[in-house]
Amino acid sequence: MDLKDKLVSSFLAFENNIDVEHPVHDIRSEAIKNFELKGFPDRKEEAWKYTSLNSLQKIDFSIFPKGINALEYKDVKQYFLHEIDTYKIVFIDGVYSSFLSETTHDGVDICLMSAALSKPMYKQIIDVYFNAVASKDESLTTLNTAFSKEGAYIYIPKNKMPKKPIEILHFATGNEAALLLQPRNLIIAEENAELQIIERHQSLTSNEVLTNSVTEIFAAKNAIIDYYKVQNDVDNASLIDNTYISQKSNSVVKVHTFSFGGKLTRNNLNYYQNGEYIDSTMKGVTILGEKQHVDHHTLVHHREPNCESHQDYKGIYGEKSMGVFNGKIIVDKIAQKTNAFQQNNNILISDKATINTKPQLEIFADDVKCSHGCTIGQLDEEALFYLQTRGIPKKEAAALLMYAFANNVLASVRIPELKMRINRLIAKKLGVQLGFDL
Amino acid sequence: MLKVNNLHAGVEGNEILNGINLEVKAGEVHAIMGPNGSGKSTLASVIAGKEEFEITEGNIELNGVDLKDTSPEERAHKGIFLSFQYPVEIPGVSVTNFMKTAINESRKARGLEDMPANQMLKLIREKSELLEIDRKFLSRSLNEGFSGGEKKRNEIFQMAMLEPKLAILDETDSGLDIDALRIVANGVNRLKSKDNAIIVITHYQRLLEYIVPDFVHVIHDGKIVKSGTKELALELEDKGYDWLKNESVV
Repeated sequence: MDLKDKLVSSFLAFENNIDVEHPVHDIRSEAIKNFELKGFPDRKEEAWKYTSLNSLQKIDFSIFPKGINALEYKDVKQYFLHEIDTYKIVFIDGVYSSFLSETTHDGVDICLMSAALSKPMYKQIIDVYFNAVASKDESLTTLNTAFSKEGAYIYIPKNKMPKKPIEILHFATGNEAALLLQPRNLIIAEENAELQIIERHQSLTSNEVLTNSVTEIFAAKNAIIDYYKVQNDVDNASLIDNTYISQKSNSVVKVHTFSFGGKLTRNNLNYYQNGEYIDSTMKGVTILGEKQHVDHHTLVHHREPNCESHQDYKGIYGEKSMGVFNGKIIVDKIAQKTNAFQQNNNILISDKATINTKPQLEIFADDVKCSHGCTIGQLDEEALFYLQTRGIPKKEAAALLMYAFANNVLASVRIPELKMRINRLIAKKLGVQLGFDL
Repeated sequence: MLKVNNLHAGVEGNEILNGINLEVKAGEVHAIMGPNGSGKSTLASVIAGKEEFEITEGNIELNGVDLKDTSPEERAHKGIFLSFQYPVEIPGVSVTNFMKTAINESRKARGLEDMPANQMLKLIREKSELLEIDRKFLSRSLNEGFSGGEKKRNEIFQMAMLEPKLAILDETDSGLDIDALRIVANGVNRLKSKDNAIIVITHYQRLLEYIVPDFVHVIHDGKIVKSGTKELALELEDKGYDWLKNESVV
């Protein structure tokens, strides 16, 4: 049985375990129908031209993890931003770990999707927001919607700000030979609310793991959201990240994506602007080696006037790694005075590495500023020579220049400890022996 | 200390240096002057080991050792320093951290341990005072957003930190106002000793009022066409380069 058939037939078993009277039942049923109709995307589709899911579909993934493996905090501490105090929503093999988590209901809700979907007190919010911005026909999103049950639920009321950043962590322990995880996150920031989120998927095993995640984010007027995705997983872990963001007037949503590892990573990052004077910012640093594959697909839909979007993705590709950047910007006719910037710069440090980069602009308004640029290059010889004349060997000099190239994107990271962590990860990934505190 | 013997060098078959002969002894200051495109900067880059230039004839010796096949970093470890006309910006790496890296790489090459942190800080303080560099400046990213003057001052600061045996200053005066020029020149003069040597490459005589050379050489078409003492620089200021061009044809 192929993975699609297995998933479709598992849906009934999944539904049997949960309340079919719940309104989300209809959403799930509709979603599985759509998935059954479309199946997994293949490379004939333009959006999947450079990323194939074929080999992943041949793996016999477990869809329902059997048991929970306990983890000791000390064994996984390194994956937390432990230098500072944070709220934590932690899952082990897709199951919530209360032991490793620190949630709250003190003025804000930082808790679980399973609770939000089942408890009457959240019904009103679920009715309004659940599946409201996620695609109803993109097949991987509908697959996630069909099986949506667990994940992070974050609700920040008007004028509130959680006391500390929120970490969402998913660990895979290797309990199953191959595990499919489908977390579903819902994040709502009401007017003037502000929050910071760090998301990480970490496999602790060499067993296959595939995560198909959907995150819906709603930013009301003046809300400010910083979202950091740390993707530094092991060789047999793959991630399909589907993030949908709906913004109202004067809100600022910044997503930073740091892609340093994993087997196959696909980021579908979608912004929908539903108000004026919105800032949508996407930044990315991708540093790959071996046969790693990362595909960034971004979409910004400018639907109202006077908004901005900024995209800055930097990539360094070594060995046989492959990168994709596809940045789509749609500016509706009504969206005059739009400022949309897109930049994608890449360095190839191996003859066998590949990058496919493509801007995709659909502009229907006439009074807009849209700029895009992509570069693919090698290191600047003059800069290398400069560092060598100061006694820095060529290899270290090259690493230092790549570090500087990638580091540029970090200026907008607003959690200093996280910035330092990412800095160190970049240095480590590039083999920079700087002998100083970053 | 430095001996350049009948040096011919170029890029992709185009010869830029056509037989340079130059000897620089410890304790000396040499000025190399000449019109744009005469080969001044190429000579500096070739001495520092830039790989894009190919040496087709002749050689360069440092303390009697041929520098053939010696990488730029190895030359730096042997005590050659080149101050750039256009220093490169390195975002995310502070001046201090960059200097620590450079110094410790040189020490590593000489089989020494990293310099202890307190010693490093003391050295940085001492040398930054010499060049009247503000402490805040040292935590900024290397050359990023620096003015022309700040970049040049930073180059000489690096020279002070690395204490080279042979320093080549390529157009260090370009882009400097008179105050910055004085600070930079003072710094260089205080770094001068009987054990090291300095080559100043410049288009104008102005810098040589502050850094007084023992010898002045004029390069034209990749050759030294005239050598003399500091008076030659004044003569050049007066007459321009044209009379020498004519002379070299003869």
